[in-house]
This record gives sequence, C-alpha cells and structure tokens, in this order.
Amino acid sequence: MFSLRDKQLASEIVSKIKKLDVNLKFMHVCGTHQDTLVKHGLDSLFSKCGIQVIQGPGCPVCVTTPKEIEEMLLLARKGKVVTTFGDMIQVPGQNDSLQNIKAEGSDVRTVYGIEDAVQIAKENKNKDVVFMSIGFETTTPMAAAAIFNDPPKNFSILSCHRVVPPALKAIIEMGELKLNGIIEPGHVSTIIGSKPYEFISKDYNIPQVIAGFEPLDLLMGVWMLVQQIENDNPKIENEYLRAVKEEGNVKAQQVIEDVFEPCDVKWRGFPVISGSGLKLRDKFEEYDARKKYERDLGELKDEEFPEPKGCRCGEVLRGLISSKECPLFGNKCVPNNPVGPCMVSTEGSCNIEYRYSNKK
Amino acid sequence: MCLAIPGKIVEMDSTKDHATVDYGDGTKRKANITLVEVKIGDYVLVHAGFAIQVLDEKEAQETLELFREMLSSEEDDSVFTSG
Repeated sequence: MFSLRDKQLASEIVSKIKKLDVNLKFMHVCGTHQDTLVKHGLDSLFSKCGIQVIQGPGCPVCVTTPKEIEEMLLLARKGKVVTTFGDMIQVPGQNDSLQNIKAEGSDVRTVYGIEDAVQIAKENKNKDVVFMSIGFETTTPMAAAAIFNDPPKNFSILSCHRVVPPALKAIIEMGELKLNGIIEPGHVSTIIGSKPYEFISKDYNIPQVIAGFEPLDLLMGVWMLVQQIENDNPKIENEYLRAVKEEGNVKAQQVIEDVFEPCDVKWRGFPVISGSGLKLRDKFEEYDARKKYERDLGELKDEEFPEPKGCRCGEVLRGLISSKECPLFGNKCVPNNPVGPCMVSTEGSCNIEYRYSNKK
Repeated sequence: MCLAIPGKIVEMDSTKDHATVDYGDGTKRKANITLVEVKIGDYVLVHAGFAIQVLDEKEAQETLELFREMLSSEEDDSVFTSG
C-alpha cells in the first residue's frame, strides 16, 4: 500500500534537480529521515546535485542534556525504579550510564513506551517508579495520555519533552549556518500539522516541506524545496499527505495541552531555547519527579555538566560538522563504546553513519 | 524515537481503548487507539504503542500520480500547498 520506490520517477527527479545547477543547504530534524537518506545513499546523491542535506537537532535522545541524565542516574542511585527507552539507558553521563549502574545493582528497566512503565508501577506498589519521558511532539501525547488517565501514585515522570518549532527558530537566529530550506519531520507533523511552521517561512523567508520516510518522499520533498527557491515563494508545503493533515491530530494536541505547559529548556549543544520544553501542569505535580523528589535531586540544583571530553555532538546537532568530521568517530567513539549520544541512539547521525558505512 | 509503523486494525478490544494491529509481516500487537477515531480495516501509524494517525489510503494511492503530475507541470504547485 505505501511502497514509494518507483526507480524511474526517482531518476527523473534527480536529473531535473541536476539540470538546475544549484548550491544549497537543507536541514531536516528527524533521525528516521537521516536513516532513509544514508541507507539509500540519497545523501551522496543530493550532494552530487549540489544539495547538502544535514540532520540538525532531530534526535530526542541526542538533545537530552548531560544534566537530565545525571538527574536520572541520581534517582536510580537513590533507590527508585528508573524506566526509559532502550537508547537512553546507554547514553554516558559524567561517570556512568544508566546501563552501568544497572549492572551494579540499580533497578533500571528498558520499556517500549510509557504504558509499560505505568504497568511496572501497578505491579510494584511498594516501589517508586520514575519514567524518563523523552521525545518530541510524536511521543508527548503518549506521556500526556498516561498522566491524564490517573496512573498509580507511586508513578512519576521526569519530563525531558521538547518541541521542534522553537528549536528551528533558535538554529536560524543563532546564524551559524545559512539554511536554504528545511525538511520538516513527518511524524512530528502528524501530531502538530503544518501551521506551527508557518512563521519560519513568513519571518525568515525559508522554504519548508513536511516529508514522509520513503526514499521517494525525500526526493520529492527536496524537489519541492528547490521549486520554492526557483519560484522565490517560501512557504510550508506538505508532501506527506497520506499521514499529515493540515490541522494535525487535534485529540493528541488537546491531551498535550491539558497535561503539559511550555517551559524554557537547554538542548545539548544549544543554549536555553525559549518555550522549547514541556513540564507538567501544576494540577499533575504529584506525577512530576522533579517536584516529588526535589530533596533527592537538590544536590544537582545549580550544577551544570559539561559535554564528554572531545565529544562534538553539540556541533553535529547544530549542523556545523558531519559525524565523520569528529575526530572520535569510528575509533574512540563506536556504538558499543559510545562517547556521545549521537553514537548511541539509532536516530543519531553518528550511529546511522557508522551503521551504513564500511567502518565496522 | 519518532519512528512510526503503518499497520491495519484487525480487532477491537471490548474496552475500545486498544485494538489489535496487523503489521503485515506476521506481527500482530495491541495498540492504544484513544488518540484516533478508527474502525476495523483502517490503516494506522503506530508509535510507541499508540496509534497516532489514520492513514489515508486514497491519498497514498494518489501520491505517486501527484508526483508525476508535479514533475510534468512544475508551475502548478497548488495541489501540495497545505498552509
């Protein structure tokens, strides 16, 4: 039903772009887009057409800050049952990862989603269960629904949720790189629709296309961006029509709105980005691990934690260098012994580059 | 993280909160359907155990045709404009 791998059409798009003789830089913000780009060799194909497509901060595990990781490590050390997604437990903190301290006896459990974490809380009423709740708009509705549906009182979340549009604004305003277009994340857009991106084209004259995840979706997305540039008509367009509605998923937006409110947060590699985080509203504060365990977490309150030594994930996430330009890539930093989160997460550009390159 | 897999709703739970989704490769798994309006036979995108959107089958089938149209008439980009 959804196989979009028509080779003839693909080569037609490529030859049309080639003829235009362009020199452009596009950013996307989604690990699944990066996977499609690298897996199918589209990154080098675009590069031959004069178009560089870079990932940016599109990996929730990667943009989680060193401090948030230390918060979870501390809660685990203080005897809480810590639950989170598989990638997250492998991200190195200052001295340890959740995986390491699990081996030393802390109760750290990998879950498929927040519903599994709630189930663990229901089955372990005598224990405090904390879910490290990460993710962009695609994942936030699940957390919101779980909190809204009255989970057990021994359950709480450490919200590390972030929203995409303010980060795009931050990247543009930081001015470190000139972007000619943005490929917007298909599944984030499934939830938020196309409207939240409109200001980017309007205020900064940057073309945007919401794209799906088949190779042809990305080819078409890039073609649509090129067309906007050729016609000098920057706007937000939707290539992923089969899954993204203009208004998004209104039910999901509503449950997020009911449960969370915007806050200012730091992203790894970035300064604090205004309105880019989500925290639980006061009426759900009993499920807010930062409030519930304020005393436990007190020792971290004013501390800031540096990036791992030599790690250049921050520059990778800001689109300033490619994974291969990091001196640690593929030698000191590999998936089974990662230095930074971009090598841990299957959505991180270093992990993706490593998996599909010959450096094995 | 933002990976979402398409599948077909094959059975609704009596609670109406969950449904069985067939992913077409022999895998069937329950998904929470409280964020979408679905019926048996619908295709959905599932992310972290939740159906997050109903896929538009007609739109999917027409996508390739639209691509072809767009390539042949580069001036007419109105069909893809969403906002």
